[in-house]
Amino acid sequence: MLKTFPKGGVHPPENKISAAAGIDVLPLPEQVTIPISQHLGAPAEPAVAKGDTVKAGQIIATSKGFVSANIHSSVSGKVFKVDKAVDASGYKKMSVIINVEGDEWLDTIDTGSEHKKDITLNSEEIIKRCAENGIVGMGGATFPSHVKLSIPPGKHCDVLIINGVECEPYLTSDHRLMLERTGELVTGISILMKALKVERAMIGIENNKTDAIEKLREYTSGIDGISVHALKVKYPQGGEKQLIKALIKREVPSGGLPVDVGTVVHNVGTAYAVYEAVQLNKPLVERVVTVTGKELGKPVNVLARIGTPVSKLIEFAGGLPDNTTKIVNGGPMMGKALANLSVPVTKGTSGLIVFREEEARRKETGPCIRCGKCITACAMGLEPYLLMSLTEKDMHERSEKEKIMDCMECGSCSYICPANRPLLDYIRLGKATVGKMIKERKQK
Amino acid sequence: MNKLLTVSPSPHEYSKESTPKLMYGVVIALAPALLATIWFFGWAALLVTSVSVISCVIFEYLIQKFILKKEPSIKDGSAIVTGLLLAFCLPTNLPLGLVILGSLVAIGVGKMTFGGLGNNPFNPALVGRVFLFLSFPVQMTTWPVPKGFNTSFSDAITGATPLSVLNENYEKMPVDQVMNDPELSMPGYSQLFWGEMGGSLGEIAAFALILGLAYMLIRKIITWHIPVSILLTVAVFTGILWLANPEANADPLYHLMTGGLLLGAIFMATDYVSSPMSKKGMIIYGVGIGIITVLIRRFGAYPEGVQFAILIMNAFTPLINNYIKPSRFGEEVKNG
Repeated sequence: MLKTFPKGGVHPPENKISAAAGIDVLPLPEQVTIPISQHLGAPAEPAVAKGDTVKAGQIIATSKGFVSANIHSSVSGKVFKVDKAVDASGYKKMSVIINVEGDEWLDTIDTGSEHKKDITLNSEEIIKRCAENGIVGMGGATFPSHVKLSIPPGKHCDVLIINGVECEPYLTSDHRLMLERTGELVTGISILMKALKVERAMIGIENNKTDAIEKLREYTSGIDGISVHALKVKYPQGGEKQLIKALIKREVPSGGLPVDVGTVVHNVGTAYAVYEAVQLNKPLVERVVTVTGKELGKPVNVLARIGTPVSKLIEFAGGLPDNTTKIVNGGPMMGKALANLSVPVTKGTSGLIVFREEEARRKETGPCIRCGKCITACAMGLEPYLLMSLTEKDMHERSEKEKIMDCMECGSCSYICPANRPLLDYIRLGKATVGKMIKERKQK
Repeated sequence: MNKLLTVSPSPHEYSKESTPKLMYGVVIALAPALLATIWFFGWAALLVTSVSVISCVIFEYLIQKFILKKEPSIKDGSAIVTGLLLAFCLPTNLPLGLVILGSLVAIGVGKMTFGGLGNNPFNPALVGRVFLFLSFPVQMTTWPVPKGFNTSFSDAITGATPLSVLNENYEKMPVDQVMNDPELSMPGYSQLFWGEMGGSLGEIAAFALILGLAYMLIRKIITWHIPVSILLTVAVFTGILWLANPEANADPLYHLMTGGLLLGAIFMATDYVSSPMSKKGMIIYGVGIGIITVLIRRFGAYPEGVQFAILIMNAFTPLINNYIKPSRFGEEVKNG
């Protein structure tokens, strides 16, 4: 029996259309828009002004505080302006807009393609490198990696978990990375182990990627402490808490962090970025993005510079089909629908999915028939139907008691509901209100 | 590339499940039982079922359209399920006027007064059935003896149900003697299984009901929790009684296969709206139904208690939902 998490979960159609498409390097765009907030935490502070000349890899906005991240230029050229621009959230965010000229990198960065295996830096130096180079979690949450690697005093970590689950339908960027950058990825994992001072690392991969499982097993066979685990295909296995439960059977307490149960989870994309940051001194300025959809001419996985407009990626994948009505940034279960095509690729952009009319529209909502399927589907053991009606009735104290803040917004409840009720929409509203209540209470 | 895009919050993918699909799934699960009843009771069974289903659907339509003044939702199939279930607890020779009256009470009182689908605290079909049972006890307990297609609609031969024979004779003679008395002609296990006995439409053929259960479990329309906990409780409770005093009690298998127990446990108690939503709640609810059923059967005035047991536990459902919670992730920290 394959390992998996025991509570809840759904199995949406996998639709990994682009799984066989190797990683292509996307041609440089004419202009990039780099938001100064691409991570969880405080936005960075712009360090360049209009008219400045920048090189690829140069810092253009500096991290502000511990939970924040540096932002680097992904191209060489001239700063066109520092202004607000719409990002994936649909809001206007401060961004640095650069007109691309040539492709000149900072001298300190090793731009060669040779795999550097020897790890010479120690734990503190590795964490510092990650912070300097703006490494954040690349699975979607974009939490600054140096924060995760700094184990708080009093806590301990005995095992590193590497997330190669990619449980979201359609997405294949992590899958391709595991297949095509296997050696570098494994070195990245060793670096993370050294930073955390752990002897053990476990890589979790869902069993619909058997080629990646085999390849990683082959590459890690000679290395002590790293093991590869095939997992049963079930959404949301890529959720940190679910993956930890599936692999080491530990349960992160409500409101707690993985480090509370002695582990830290990093995505494979992050491990690769850490390899580049530590071994090549290369900041996080590009990432693999899956561009896919049933109607798209040529579904691809591309290595795109941060700040490239979404339109360029879709053009590269064969252009926007006429019947497109929705473009999703991320996976279909948790991704955000984009308002327009000039939105830039950021550190957290794992995929772009193009949906046609029939796929994009929600179905008509009916009354709750109390079938309980949302409860069965919830991986956190919550009662989505109840949280929705409590939010509708403004009973926020009660929904706090019913653990509304434990919801990770995976969308399994809305996905499974036979009456197509907008469960997650209401839960999000409720979480926002309850979050505000908690904050106010703490301030008193 | 200037296009107006649809923006909506995630998820952007939905399962193919829908309320009508689930309801028609229940209809399909009831099909074997319907065929069996037609086989045993002839066209009269089909007539009663059709009248019940059609009047349930029509009443739902009329009430929604003219009293509640909202868009009728009869397409969701829930009224069809109510109509089928109501028909299945009626005798085949019940006057059609009463069938229509029962449907009106089921849909009108049982469902629509509370706001329609999703809001009724009690199983509407059972509300209709109990109304008829209490108002027209004679007609409701005059069971035709199944003679296949020779059963004419006006046949009022009263073949008592096995449970009522047992109930009448508990204090008079040992169960063994009741079972073997040629005058009482009690059905044996195989007759019970294949449906050769007196009874309401849907309660007579165990195999057809079990087939329906299997279908609903495979299609994931229901989970095992409610039917299994009811049947197990009844088996254990009657088993204890039987072992304590085999002279005065029928054995568990006989209890499981008689009366409306299977119909109730598989199709009535599992009604989404009126049963608890968490797995733990479902088991408490099922155990409650099992205990109350046996208490009524063995110690109460009525020979059969399933419908009352379900209605009583329906009333407890909101309480169960309120206090019995699924185990939350990260609630008890189990590390190892």
